[in-house]
Amino acid sequence: MEITVTVNGKTHTRDVEPRKLLVDLLREDLNLTGTNIGCDTSQCGACTIHMDGMAVKSCTCLAVQADGASLTTIEGLADTSENDLHPMQQAFWDQHGLQCGYCTPGMIMSATKLVEGNPNISEEEIRHGLEGNICRCTGYQNIVKAVQQAAPEMVGGD
Amino acid sequence: MSKFMGQPIKRVEDPRFIQGQGKYVANIKLPDMAFAAVKRSPYAHATIDNIDASEALAMDGVLAVYTGQDIQGAGIGPIPCGFTPPDIKLPPWHALSVDKARHVGDAVAVVVAESAYIAYDALDAIEVDYTPLDAVVDAKKATEPGAPQVHEETPNNTSFHWPLGDSDAVKAALDASDHVVELDLINQRLIPNAMEPRACVADWSDAMDEMVVWTTSQNPHVIRLLMSAFTLQIPENKLRVISPDVGGGFGSKIFHYPEEIIVPFCSMQLKRPVKWVSSRSEAFLTDAHGRDHVTTAKLGVNNDGEFTAFHVQTWANMGAYLSAFAPMIPTALYITLFAGLYKTPLIFGESFGTMTNTTQVDAYRGAGRPEASYLLERIIDIAARDLNMDPIEIRRKNFIRKDEYPYQTPVALVYDSGDYDQLFDKAMEVAGYNDMLAARDAARAEGRLVGVGVSGCIEASGAGPSKVVTSLGAAVGLWEHGSVRVHPTGKISVMTGAHTHGQGHETTFAQIVAEELGVPIADIEIIHGDTAKTPFGLGTYASRSAAVGGSAILKSAIKVKEKMKAIAAYQLEAAVEDIVYDAETASMHVKGSPDNSKSFFEISFSALTHNMPDDMEPGLEEHTFFDPPNFTFPNSAHIAMIEIDKDTGEVSLLKYAAVDDVGNVINPMIVEGQLQGGIAQGVGQALLEHGQYDDDGQLLTGSFLDYAMPRADNLPMSNLGRIEIPSPSNPLGVKGAGEMGTIAGTPTVANAVMDALQPMGVRHVEIPHTPLAIHTAIQNAAAAAD
Repeated sequence: MEITVTVNGKTHTRDVEPRKLLVDLLREDLNLTGTNIGCDTSQCGACTIHMDGMAVKSCTCLAVQADGASLTTIEGLADTSENDLHPMQQAFWDQHGLQCGYCTPGMIMSATKLVEGNPNISEEEIRHGLEGNICRCTGYQNIVKAVQQAAPEMVGGD
Repeated sequence: MSKFMGQPIKRVEDPRFIQGQGKYVANIKLPDMAFAAVKRSPYAHATIDNIDASEALAMDGVLAVYTGQDIQGAGIGPIPCGFTPPDIKLPPWHALSVDKARHVGDAVAVVVAESAYIAYDALDAIEVDYTPLDAVVDAKKATEPGAPQVHEETPNNTSFHWPLGDSDAVKAALDASDHVVELDLINQRLIPNAMEPRACVADWSDAMDEMVVWTTSQNPHVIRLLMSAFTLQIPENKLRVISPDVGGGFGSKIFHYPEEIIVPFCSMQLKRPVKWVSSRSEAFLTDAHGRDHVTTAKLGVNNDGEFTAFHVQTWANMGAYLSAFAPMIPTALYITLFAGLYKTPLIFGESFGTMTNTTQVDAYRGAGRPEASYLLERIIDIAARDLNMDPIEIRRKNFIRKDEYPYQTPVALVYDSGDYDQLFDKAMEVAGYNDMLAARDAARAEGRLVGVGVSGCIEASGAGPSKVVTSLGAAVGLWEHGSVRVHPTGKISVMTGAHTHGQGHETTFAQIVAEELGVPIADIEIIHGDTAKTPFGLGTYASRSAAVGGSAILKSAIKVKEKMKAIAAYQLEAAVEDIVYDAETASMHVKGSPDNSKSFFEISFSALTHNMPDDMEPGLEEHTFFDPPNFTFPNSAHIAMIEIDKDTGEVSLLKYAAVDDVGNVINPMIVEGQLQGGIAQGVGQALLEHGQYDDDGQLLTGSFLDYAMPRADNLPMSNLGRIEIPSPSNPLGVKGAGEMGTIAGTPTVANAVMDALQPMGVRHVEIPHTPLAIHTAIQNAAAAAD
């Protein structure tokens, strides 16, 4: 099937098998390997991206379902005309919110949507909101702190 | 104050990870690359009667199917075991099994295709005829008469027996004690679950007879050695192993895995690059698991709380095959820790390593030391209850005192330093221990189930002194390499045999060099993870990277500094003793005349032109192979408070305080991160995680839907404190920081849960303390009270 997707502002048309996962389209066809795969049951959230303004797990979505959609991956999160890093990326760096870095792109993509419109998000809301993203390294403490740092700094969506 | 050492410097590796530019193995794409998928046994124990690949081979895009006969026919050897105590029985482990499948997930064939999707389609088309056999999954039941036999080579499914101490003397001391606390305890199986699944890419050059393998390893040099000397038998000079960014390890990526043999074999056969990436489902079935001990213990205690003797028997589940370091975990890394923080005069421990129809078990964060600490700290808590003593008081009664170092324990180790009284004083302060107890008692008065738990743990980390570990049975010494290369422009490359997969070496190792030489961190690169770029390395595990690898780097930096001073002395026409190295400005001057100086850059560049003494060797590059004289002994006092929901049995972790002595600290931000992450894994074992098999050997917890990983809402903010008693066993004075959180987290939280249930008369509940386990314990206690 032929599909057209806009990823990080760039439009791509590809012929894909109907069964192809969106994450494989991104990683294999478009070489956007920042989106990682951590499980096969839609539990870990490593593959989280934004699709038409929503955080979605791209391992649980077929590429054909993204036909016509606008996607943002970790590679396109920052508005590079203003700054190299999105406030959430900066906060993860500042707060030591990552160790091995594998869950990090998905964690950042989830977190940016979680805090949207909620600059005063509570610790409890953050912990509950990130339940769908598993990190094995950090114990989440510094991830929570990073989200707390970034939330008030973020204005608008991506 | 130090400019670099001890500073919370932000990690230099982070920009690539936060921007999605991590270089993980699964991201590698090579021209003409094919994809491998592994056919795995659905049975825990079965003979392999026939494999029919004809249908798979007929599919479009399928390149080849290989079985164990192909691998063995090519002369590829079995996967060796790297820790072999006396009289160990070693069953062979072939990359693809030929005769029998011995656990669910055991590899029996591999298919290579033009794409991963085709390879997985083809897996389903491979027909394997099995005859299922009875399976055994329990470490102790495996040794009973009539149990199914996993290997011919290990009668009674017993691979080894490892005793330490004088059993009769310990039994006599127990008989003479005022009290003997007896405890049967299970340390449940855990599944490590680094977030990056394992992956391997192999690229064979037929023209050059050379192989490059990218693999998700914590120790690429060790993997190359095992491939060269035992399995693939490609000589080291023709084999390059690269472990680029690796997404977490926790021990599970130390070992040489079947896929690291299968994938290179496929590449050699097809003369094309071949890639394999584990799914999470495969990871659950094939990554080495952790723990899984069945233990019986007796602790002798006198009326005043003094420990007299400790006697332990453990059946340690090795799984279906002996993984690289598996026999070391329940022996040299377990029994040797039975002294804990205490002066127990007589200790005996013995372990039986048993084979079962389960996934192989090997080191998982802490590796033997969490098992020892959980056992010891649980039984001490029960002793405190039996004697009606405060759990901290009974521990203090038995502490090794700060003026007693070096301290020879009855179980082989010589502790180098510590001050456990100070440690616990600080922990009680950080936790607000007395307030915690008051809050607990007030909650109890309201009828709530609230508990406070403590633990005091020690580990032997920084493995380790090569003569000691090889005398215990290790096939390798555990020294480390580190070198420092100063380029003509004054920039620095550091080569290390350690491997960072979350630990932050690119920052902390740079801090060591920056501190010594006074150069900015931005001028230093840390090179690791590639056998072509680093001379050798034993790798990263056992909290050894800073203590052993970091020390090697420090020694090389000091050598570089001495050579630069000698060059400066020559150029400034002064005696080398009169040259002052000013790390503040990274310059060298003649004592008493700061203007008579040479900058770091000037000396670096003049080393290129050989503006140095005639008898001096050119170049500015120094190497060190550091073998530590002893382990390091980080120690901890952790305190937790929990509440149990009476109706559901669910445990909520309310507070967690941790005070650790990890010696000198290079980067406190990173050390705290290591502790927080470690604590989460320790809490995971106490409350959530359990790798469970049914009696037929089917893994019941084979996905994140069934295996309860700690998630963000399972944990509170930890409150961390530190005391810093430098280790005398390495020039940095550091102790391991990577594993203590995990070691201490489990007994601390389990003791808190048991404290909450103590008023109901509950003595011990096996972990994990899931809602079901605790609800059942409450029901049983209520029934017993009626």
